[in-house]
Amino acid sequence: MNSHMVALNGQRTLLSRVMGGVLSLLAVGGILVTIAAFAYGKNAARQSFDRILLGAANDIAESIDIVNGAPIADIPVSAFGLLSLAADDRIFYSVRGPQGEVLTGYAGAVARDFTHDTLTTPAFFDSTLQGERARFVTVARRFSERDFSGAVFVFVGQTLRARNAMALDLTKGAVLVTGIGGIALLLGAFLVIRSAMRPLEHLTRDLSHRDPYDLTPMAADGPAEVAVMVHAMNRFMQRLDRQVGAMKHLISDTAHQLRTPVAAIRAQAELAIEDDPAHRAHRLERLVRRTRSLGTLLDQMLSRAMVIHRTDNAPPSAVDLRDVALKVFEDRDHEVLAPEAEVRLEIGDVAVIVMADEISLSEAAKNMLANALRHGTSPITIGVCADRGIGEIWVQDAGPGPANDVIDTIGQRFERSAASKGNSAGLGLSIVRAVAEAFQGKVHMARNDQGFRVSLALPADHSVEEV
Amino acid sequence: MRSLLRLWRMSLMVLCLIANPAMSQEASQRFIAKDATPSTVLLVRSTTDISIFAPALAAFVAANPSVEIAYEQWGSNALYANSLGACEGTATPADVVISSGVHQMVDLVNRACASAYQSEFTAQLPAARRWRDELWGITREAAVIIYNTDLVSAEDAPRTRFALLDLMRRSSADFMGKIATYDVEASGLGFLFAFMDSQEATTFGGLLEGFARVDAVATCCSAEIIEGVDSGRYKIAYNVLGSYVDTVPHANLGVIYPEDYTLFLSRAFMIPKGAHQGATAGGFLDFLLSPRGRALLSQSTLIHDSNSDETAANESATRYIPIGPTLLVAMDRHRRARFIEKWRDSFGVDAVK
Repeated sequence: MNSHMVALNGQRTLLSRVMGGVLSLLAVGGILVTIAAFAYGKNAARQSFDRILLGAANDIAESIDIVNGAPIADIPVSAFGLLSLAADDRIFYSVRGPQGEVLTGYAGAVARDFTHDTLTTPAFFDSTLQGERARFVTVARRFSERDFSGAVFVFVGQTLRARNAMALDLTKGAVLVTGIGGIALLLGAFLVIRSAMRPLEHLTRDLSHRDPYDLTPMAADGPAEVAVMVHAMNRFMQRLDRQVGAMKHLISDTAHQLRTPVAAIRAQAELAIEDDPAHRAHRLERLVRRTRSLGTLLDQMLSRAMVIHRTDNAPPSAVDLRDVALKVFEDRDHEVLAPEAEVRLEIGDVAVIVMADEISLSEAAKNMLANALRHGTSPITIGVCADRGIGEIWVQDAGPGPANDVIDTIGQRFERSAASKGNSAGLGLSIVRAVAEAFQGKVHMARNDQGFRVSLALPADHSVEEV
Repeated sequence: MRSLLRLWRMSLMVLCLIANPAMSQEASQRFIAKDATPSTVLLVRSTTDISIFAPALAAFVAANPSVEIAYEQWGSNALYANSLGACEGTATPADVVISSGVHQMVDLVNRACASAYQSEFTAQLPAARRWRDELWGITREAAVIIYNTDLVSAEDAPRTRFALLDLMRRSSADFMGKIATYDVEASGLGFLFAFMDSQEATTFGGLLEGFARVDAVATCCSAEIIEGVDSGRYKIAYNVLGSYVDTVPHANLGVIYPEDYTLFLSRAFMIPKGAHQGATAGGFLDFLLSPRGRALLSQSTLIHDSNSDETAANESATRYIPIGPTLLVAMDRHRRARFIEKWRDSFGVDAVK
């Protein structure tokens, strides 16, 4: 049992596999969401701060007046108030005349040339501000005064700290929400998967706690997949149980049935040694009879064990009962058992097909014939007939058959009386009965006008019959 | 404080106190801890008068004997020009620049002339007193009105700008040539105060008109103005840095924190980009922002205690000059030109001494 547990611990459980899968899916999703959130955050930050930049540039452009023929800016504090919303960013601003000459503000070179578009629409561009990456906007204001005509350009730029911080903030928020959602999903998935796997867990626990000698069926509740598994396992255990039972029976029968004849043989042998030589021949003859009888008993016990083994292991196949009867007849065992008896074969020309195991059927038929030879009256007939979906193989003798009370008890697994007498009528019929049970058949015993008939009736297989 | 001053006097060698006009440098002094042989020289250029700043400097070198402070006192405009030159590589950079011309310092930071520094002390500063971790406000000084208590009666003393306006209208003859304020062209600080006034309230236009009516005097330098009022040359001075008032002998000075609003300035501390002793400069900044440094600056009146009686009722009238990019407007060429033009119209060229 411990070795089982160790073997199980060495492998990953289904739950951990599924959770691993879910986790990696969520991780991939999380990475994608993070990338998307960062892109979104960057874009949102750029749009927001571009608007601020443009607002400041427009403020400055609005403040420009033409004084004595020259454009003079009255830079409003509000413009820088706007820009200082990005609290830690450095600012560039420059008001330049039509030829690009600096009117006020910073003098540094501006990377961008004026284009015609700039005159009507604000132009944003990326550049650097004293080595730091920065974003700029150009706004033009056109004057058509008597003493000044032309465009004045306002450049406003700002470094990117606040933008990056905002993008990072948005990303962080999104990642936080995604993370919380992911954890909730993971938790939910864990609970759902665990509850779905509970029947399997039960099964695992039941199996690992189960006594290896316990072959009773297990409860087959839970989902269909598990029920199928449990059913299969139960079937397997039932078979195992039957075989173990058969083995137990065989052993106990053998013990029961062999002890008496073996003791008798030993007694005969000892007597033969000790008796005076005049009686030795007689003693030896009895010893031989006893020995032969023991041989028959052993044969039958082994054949019964084989029948039980086969009925559990060999799948049923279509068998023609006439073949079985013919084979038993042609084996001519009866010539050895009872050379004086007359044995006939009575089979028709129509096949009688049943689903069974041919070897088991042969053993059953042989035993039926042997019983008739041993206890019945010649002539003895072995025959096959089919009637209303039932195929029958039967053995009939001309005698009256056993007494009625014997008929009732006959064919039990063993009969102490029979065994102690050294014969084995009970065993022979019990083989027939075991075969009948294995293939959903019945054993009939009846007297009729011609004598006593024992028959093994099995359901006929129509599908094959019609072919 | 007294023991500390004594310690400073005993332990310091005053090496030199010379004027150096070629450098636009007003005075300089070296601070070395007693018996120390410093390995590092921290070059501090500041607009703050040496005498006011000395206790803090002395305490710093006493705490850090390996450091010698070479302190140079500059005018704010000259200091700005010098720092800009250092930034562009045409002058030797200082290790620390401290200026009351906060707008000039903001401009220097905006031109990427400063290096960043962060510590637990800088993190404690309110947002309005630091920018980009490159500029920090280390003091808290008020712009006040002072008057000569012998020449102006207590009931005449203007407690608000409106009162000053009324006074100048009502008795313009009494105050003819007797009202002084900073020359905005010569003093960065004076320009900053005036500029903030112009943004703060409409009274500024009236004030300029009033100054014009009484032929007010625009002059330079806190010490000179304070001395002028004390001696009776001026009856009233407007927008004088309050921190300087206590440091000069003044037998008959009245100090008014205007009740309509009082401007508060925080001297800006910057570590220039090319500073050779950046780490020591950071240590110096931390020292100034530490409780001990603040206590020393408080004793030197550089940190004005708002809980004192004079301003207790006046908290809502407090206006800080925020250290931030909005001050760049004060540096704008056109804006400045317009402002100074307006100023000149009021004072007249001859009023500027």
